Amino acid sequence: MNPTDAVSLIRETFGVEPVVDGPTVTVALPVNQWKEVVAWAKTTLGCRYFNWLSAVDWKAEGLEVVCRIENLESGLVIFFRTRLGAGATHCPSLVPVYRGADWMERECYDMFGVVFDDHPDLRRILLPQEWEGHPLRKDYAIDTPHAPYR
Amino acid sequence: MEVKPPIPQVPAPVWGDIKDLQEWEKYHQERQDGDKTSETLASIADAIHHMPGGWIVVTTTDKIFNWARSSSIWPVTFGLACCAIEMMATFASRFDVERFGMVPWASPRHSDLMIVSGTVTIKMAPMLKRIYDQMPDPKWVVSMGSCANSGGPFRHGYHVVKGVDRVVPVDVYVPGCPPTPDSLMYGLLKLQEQVAEFQKLGRKSTPAQEG
Repeated sequence: MNPTDAVSLIRETFGVEPVVDGPTVTVALPVNQWKEVVAWAKTTLGCRYFNWLSAVDWKAEGLEVVCRIENLESGLVIFFRTRLGAGATHCPSLVPVYRGADWMERECYDMFGVVFDDHPDLRRILLPQEWEGHPLRKDYAIDTPHAPYR
Repeated sequence: MEVKPPIPQVPAPVWGDIKDLQEWEKYHQERQDGDKTSETLASIADAIHHMPGGWIVVTTTDKIFNWARSSSIWPVTFGLACCAIEMMATFASRFDVERFGMVPWASPRHSDLMIVSGTVTIKMAPMLKRIYDQMPDPKWVVSMGSCANSGGPFRHGYHVVKGVDRVVPVDVYVPGCPPTPDSLMYGLLKLQEQVAEFQKLGRKSTPAQEG
């Protein structure tokens, strides 16, 4: 499926306006449609390759979760992005759709504090479990106290 | 859509559960200066020193011991980051630090020197301290490179220990990012000079720091 067909299909089905840049389609979604649309893209558009998931901190505007999935046969690339809203941290988990999203979401929780609902095992993955705060947020101060060295 | 159950978690071994290692660590924590300030040895040496002609024995044994110590410093094989590449080059045949009697040894229990080669993260600091505690006294530490000295280019990161001297006492700081093998060799020769003065000072040249 080429990007133009995918864009028209997404527009008809969900009523959101995608942005096309070369082979890449960027879709901005509301949070409540997040899991539904990604699962639809996996089954209908054949985007079975989950590339990565991360987040962006837009300070006062809140957090944004971004993920990239691909259809390796046709070369279709879709970016999904969703704004969680100011102060909000909850986002639906993609683990029921892509098993590989598990560690990505754990890292995203570790660094940005995005709480993925229905995640089977949401713990910190890189930092120690007793770490306080989420260091890749813009309001994290580097002199935040941490546990002593032993 | 089917949700597979998560992979069962095997609990990591807890350091506190291993009793003998715990006792070893506690023993070394209580003896901060270790054998370097042994009161028994000091009193024996003092008694010999005050016997007629005894000072010759004391000073000569000091010299012999220091010669042996400074010419067989065994660094523990402990590489943290890119500085470890330069450290390996220093150990290898081109620069060949074994000329000075330094054998990179793969066990902290047999080593005298720890070369902290690279960035120490907050997560790594307890392991570094544990390796330091496992080394027998007397022991020395060389801080190699900007990262180990002060945090270097990663100083403003959230995860970096701002200088390894916040974790263990350091004897020689080698600057550079990374230091060339020549710089590290110069630092090691400086350390040998320190070790040669060791018993005369009665303590390490750098006092042990709090925390």
